Amino acid sequence: MEKETNNILHELTQSEYKYGFYTDIAMDMAPKGLSEDTIRFISAKKNEPEWLLEYRLKAFRHWLTMVEPTWAHVHYPAIDYQDIIYYAAPKRKKELKSLDEVDPELLDTFKKLGISLEEQKRLSGVAVDAVIDSVSVKTTFSETLEKQGIIFCSFSEAVQKVPELVRQYLGTVVPPDDNYFAALNSAVFSDGSFCYIPKGVRCPVELSTYFRINAANTGQFERTLIIGDEGSYVSYMEGCTAPMRDENQLHAAIVEIIALKDAEVKYSTVQNWYPGNKKGEGGVYNFVTKRGICKGTHSKISWTQVETGSAITWKYPSVILMGDHSVGEFYSVAVTNHFQQADTGTKMIHLGKNTRSTIISKGISAGRSNNSYRGLVKMTKRAANSRNFSQCDSLLLGDRCGAHTFPYIKAENRSSIVEHEATTSKISDEQLYYCNQRGISTESAIGLIVNGYAREVLKKLPMEFAVEAQKLLSLSLEGSVG
Amino acid sequence: MLSIKNLRASIEGKEILKGINLEVRAGEVHAIMGPNGTGKSTLASVIVGRDIFVIEEGEILFKGKNLIGMPVEERANEGIFLGFQYPVEIPGVSMTNFMRTAINEQRKYRGLDPMPAQEFLNSMEEKKRLLEIHAKLANRSVNEGFSGGEKKKNEIFQMAMLNPELAILDETDSGLDIDALKIVAHGVNTLRRPDNAFIVITHYQRLLEYIVPDFVHVLFDGRIVRSGGKELAFELEDKGYEWIKEAQV
Repeated sequence: MEKETNNILHELTQSEYKYGFYTDIAMDMAPKGLSEDTIRFISAKKNEPEWLLEYRLKAFRHWLTMVEPTWAHVHYPAIDYQDIIYYAAPKRKKELKSLDEVDPELLDTFKKLGISLEEQKRLSGVAVDAVIDSVSVKTTFSETLEKQGIIFCSFSEAVQKVPELVRQYLGTVVPPDDNYFAALNSAVFSDGSFCYIPKGVRCPVELSTYFRINAANTGQFERTLIIGDEGSYVSYMEGCTAPMRDENQLHAAIVEIIALKDAEVKYSTVQNWYPGNKKGEGGVYNFVTKRGICKGTHSKISWTQVETGSAITWKYPSVILMGDHSVGEFYSVAVTNHFQQADTGTKMIHLGKNTRSTIISKGISAGRSNNSYRGLVKMTKRAANSRNFSQCDSLLLGDRCGAHTFPYIKAENRSSIVEHEATTSKISDEQLYYCNQRGISTESAIGLIVNGYAREVLKKLPMEFAVEAQKLLSLSLEGSVG
Repeated sequence: MLSIKNLRASIEGKEILKGINLEVRAGEVHAIMGPNGTGKSTLASVIVGRDIFVIEEGEILFKGKNLIGMPVEERANEGIFLGFQYPVEIPGVSMTNFMRTAINEQRKYRGLDPMPAQEFLNSMEEKKRLLEIHAKLANRSVNEGFSGGEKKKNEIFQMAMLNPELAILDETDSGLDIDALKIVAHGVNTLRRPDNAFIVITHYQRLLEYIVPDFVHVLFDGRIVRSGGKELAFELEDKGYEWIKEAQV
């Protein structure tokens, strides 16, 4: 251990020297670029155990041997991985005294989304008064959860508090060498969330509310690990409908979910990262690996996502149906406008007998954007009597956007049934004219039609978010017609 | 209420309306008749503001306001309703949601607060009863999978909900069996008041047995060539449109 510390110190002094670090402030930031030094720096900063450092280094060494994938239907300039700062201590945002100091355009968006005043303040970094102090809200939540034995904390905290649990499950669903971006994340992940629901416990609250309070500083390389022990239930919500601007262009997160026997995990996402401007400049590249494993019999994992942001989305929340009678679900609405590109879908890997999966994907493209569904349904030899139903719909607004569907089906047994349905439709001028004649403006009409089209997915979201997500859909398509 | 003067309109360079003059006052029902392809539907579209038509000349005033250049939804919110000849299907959008959005946009335009949900639902039920429409509309998508008759009844239902000052019914009678026709006519007669007006566009005289017009106009080759009372409709029924055509030569 001492030797290890010395090594780290040595590396640190080396890098300081090498990069000319000499102030305390600079110590909160890793040198630009990616090397074993960077990784040792991050791990040391977080006071991580040796096994985790080894985990990161192994991932990094593997990453060096990999090439960036090019199969997705997206195009972007080459990313310079040496031009990224991989660790920076969370910066304190300048606190504002009142909402008057906030960018009016941002406030306008909040208003349209129906976000409460208090929350607007929190999201835009305005100091909140003591009564609704978010810390006290957080404490209340923590107490409720702790009573039930639920562990819900930041990933770094979990590494310190419950290292054995982290070690037991980390990388078991998304191994470090899974794909290029997963390897990168495994090497340099900054922080994220950890959640453990003990045997037989139904988490009494949507972890969403809590998470939103915590969401102020989401990292570039987030790592999330959720474990539902036998017979447990949790509904987890990630993201926020409020627009998230970020200096970091590249985001490569990993989410791993483990559902043991009879456990159910619902994971909902609303993603609204900065999509770039109307000319297609800037915007976040979102390369995410999300995967769950239904490990025990009768377990269930369900992914619901509403994707409206990012310049590029590359994301396939998947379920490995290992336990017999396990259930996997994927409900998705992906909206692209202007020059956005999305290549998203899911993988349902049926390993156990009598397993069931459902895929409902609704793509909406406007402007000059490209929206692709890519999905794999695999019925292995062992997965007797399993079923999948897939429905992939595309809705086009205008004639300069694209919608693509790439379904892959692999059936290796004769007793399973795989069904795939797909439709492509357009919002027609006649529909808009009809709505207009009833007094409904074109923008409201698009919102109405799009929300109707996405209804099947939106109703899977936790109530409070469904309403915001509806407004978000309309907002994302503002100015897309006419 | 509606005043059209020397209206000329074209589509893709082809002139369809060649100088229309029409005055509609509150409390009146006007029927516009004529052979197919003479510009009846175009006239309806131009009044409600469909932008595929180009106004070459003339004016359209509604309650003294100039309609030319006014967007479709604004004209609607001013109180103009069009019952479509071919109502379009909007999958995924429930009638409840659609009507509620329409009503609340109209209220917003008039500076009113949105209608409370319960009041709205009650109003839907009340209008259905009034019009003797028994079909379950609320949870169905707008016109999706509706039969021809159901679509037309749905237009009348929407008209009742939106309570327009001027309603234009574009060949609402086409493709209707006699029972559906009676329901549509009953709807119009029920909603007829001294402060609103109707323009009923029809190819056949049949509808006018149930909706008795104050005035009948015959549209031919983009012009109103004959105007008269309800007896003009009977004359047309007897002599057919050939009579008009011959008179033009």
